[in-house]
Amino acid sequence: REQEITIDKTLYRGVWVFAEQRQGKLANVAFELLGEGRKLADQLGEPLVALLLGKEVAGIAQQLIAQGADKVLLAEAPELESFLEDPYAQVIVDLARQERPNIILMGATATGRSLAPKVAARLGTGLTADCTGLEVDVAEKNLLQTRPAFGGNLMATILCPNHRPQMATVRPKVFKPLPAASARTGEVVSVDLSHNVWDVRAKILEVVNEVGPAVNLEEANIIVSGGRGLCDPKNFALVEELAETLGAAVGASRAAVDAGWVPYSHQVGQTGKTVGPKVYFACGIHGAIQHMAGMQSSDIIIAINKNPDAPIFKIATFGIVGDVLEILPLLNKEFKKALGK
Amino acid sequence: MKIVVCVKQVPETTEVKINPETNTLVREGVASIINPFDMYAVEEAIRIKEKLGGTVTVLSMGPPQAAESLRELIGMGADDAILLSDRAFAGSDTLATAHALAKGIAKIGEVGLILCGKQAIDGDTAQVGPEIAENLGIPHLTYVKKVNEIAADHLIAERMNEEGYERVQIPLPALITVVKEINEPRLPSLKGMMRAKKAVITTWTAAMIDADPAKIGLKGSPTWVKRIFIPELKCQGQVFEGTPEEQVQALVDAIVGRKIV
Ligand SMILES: Cc1cc2nc3c(=O)[nH]c(=O)nc-3n(C[C@H](O)[C@H](O)[C@@H](O)COP(=O)(O)OP(=O)(O)OC[C@H]3O[C@@H](n4cnc5c(N)ncnc54)[C@H](O)[C@@H]3O)c2cc1C
Ligand SMILES: Cc1cc2nc3c(=O)[nH]c(=O)nc-3n(C[C@H](O)[C@H](O)[C@H](O)COP(=O)(O)OP(=O)(O)OC[C@H]3O[C@@H](n4cnc5c(N)ncnc54)[C@H](O)[C@@H]3O)c2cc1C
Repeated sequence: REQEITIDKTLYRGVWVFAEQRQGKLANVAFELLGEGRKLADQLGEPLVALLLGKEVAGIAQQLIAQGADKVLLAEAPELESFLEDPYAQVIVDLARQERPNIILMGATATGRSLAPKVAARLGTGLTADCTGLEVDVAEKNLLQTRPAFGGNLMATILCPNHRPQMATVRPKVFKPLPAASARTGEVVSVDLSHNVWDVRAKILEVVNEVGPAVNLEEANIIVSGGRGLCDPKNFALVEELAETLGAAVGASRAAVDAGWVPYSHQVGQTGKTVGPKVYFACGIHGAIQHMAGMQSSDIIIAINKNPDAPIFKIATFGIVGDVLEILPLLNKEFKKALGK
Repeated sequence: MKIVVCVKQVPETTEVKINPETNTLVREGVASIINPFDMYAVEEAIRIKEKLGGTVTVLSMGPPQAAESLRELIGMGADDAILLSDRAFAGSDTLATAHALAKGIAKIGEVGLILCGKQAIDGDTAQVGPEIAENLGIPHLTYVKKVNEIAADHLIAERMNEEGYERVQIPLPALITVVKEINEPRLPSLKGMMRAKKAVITTWTAAMIDADPAKIGLKGSPTWVKRIFIPELKCQGQVFEGTPEEQVQALVDAIVGRKIV
């Protein structure tokens, strides 16, 4: 598609990364964005800037520099203590209007996917959702944003050639953080919010943590998931036992969730969670495209299925053709032995 | 309360084909349905109407044939249906779609609550809802799994995040996007189906909603789809051989050897 380019791209500089934090703890995706953002910023010859919003979060700014940021824009205010769309969008939009970044990246988390469209709409710019690949066209200073659509059946590469900033949300666990280098230096710039007229319409009444950090699927290093192949709700315990041995989170296919064997919060896939652990065990899971959409970026995929033609074997790193009811107890025993438990 | 539900028509399957010559999606021969997540939004709207009184209007932007699937929603209990349809809307990305839908909502007037699905199963962006809210200058909540309380001037709802959920209060008018946990959509009633058959689906063009020509369609869309392609699955891995015990041992060695666990 041809379109006349009407903006002066030289006016926009800098790759910005939204440093998502909750209660003073940075989300892993913030480090992943810095790792990828560093690469893009170096190619473009532009600075990498982390946006850190919160209440009394100055203490964690240095972590962002250690993980790749040249500069941290630090916005601290009581209004920013917990994530709310209105005040967060207000601060980011004001900064973007003043500083004119070329690119703004946010994690495709519940927070990022609610905040980014609000910011993009207010800035009147484009937003690419849930990217799994980012590259730059250095000559045009354009970001090539690749993302899955149609539940992962299709990939699209999206450009935003005529608007700035170029905005994208990025799927967690796809990109790798840089190793932390405490010797790295950078500047921390406090944003003056003392004259801000706050726009806060929502009020958080209660925060409920249903999953402890250990079973937070999106952040888990290892996930053991079970599907309909477990045949019976009580067999799901085999999945839970292996997870326990490995310190892993428990996931499930939709069939297992719909059967009522495990709550929806454990569902992996297009209509569940998107995960990318180091190791993903698919036990008695067929490998429907909607399931694979949520787990195919895992580093190592282990499939256990009695049907050698199950599509899950196509993406598996390691496969065992066999009965999960027999294999899982054996695996549990052998892992316990290997780990000295 | 006047409630609007935004519903998108989507292909019934997510197994897409690409025409290799034009590099565009093959849409022929694929039936259309209402985006499954939007059914939960319609159900929730009807439940709120049953509690507070008022009306439920379903609003869609799409080609003329989208009108037929809107009828189904009148059968479920929506009061009326409006389709924004105009060649000028073709090629809209989420920003342009949100502009058109917000203009449609403004024309309906005095809307207290807007509901959207969590995301559409084709575009999958989950951006249209929050962008509509921003266009209207009203607050929004995403991933809502329960509406705890709703009155003329405010709403309390539970929104999901990675670790659980938050109960949040926002003033109305507002927009929420809902997940499937929120309810179980009802089937159309017999009476509803009779009403649906006779219902007139209103169609509005871009001019009728006073849409800014520079903000709709291809011209109003900052994002361009440069290329679409079918993803390659990772290459075939290693399937172990031998007795179950031998296979398990080989797997444990492979994993433990990598020092991941
Ligand atoms: C492969 C591909 C990739 C794309 N990627 C992007 C991208 O990254 N960024 C971008 O801006 N656009 C993108 N688009 C365009 C975008 O999908 C649609 O054009 C846009 O109109 C709707 O976005 P969505 O399907 O993601 O809806 P979502 O934002 O996921 O829909 C959320 C909710 O909004 C409401 N809604 C959405 N569309 C309508 C409608 N037409 N009528 C009524 N209600 C509606 C429904 O309640 C729905 O549940 C892409 C399109 C394709 C084909
Ligand atoms: C719009 C839409 C969204 C969806 N979203 C999701 C989603 O988010 N997540 C999701 O998971 N699904 C989703 N699905 C459903 C998906 O299409 C599949 O139906 C689902 O993933 C199947 O789950 P399963 O693999 O556990 O069950 P099945 O398809 O029944 O597969 C069971 C597997 O177990 C094997 N098996 C049986 N017995 C044994 C045994 N004793 N030992 C070893 N192996 C055995 C079988 O060979 C088979 O491969 C969605 C579908 C649609 C249409």
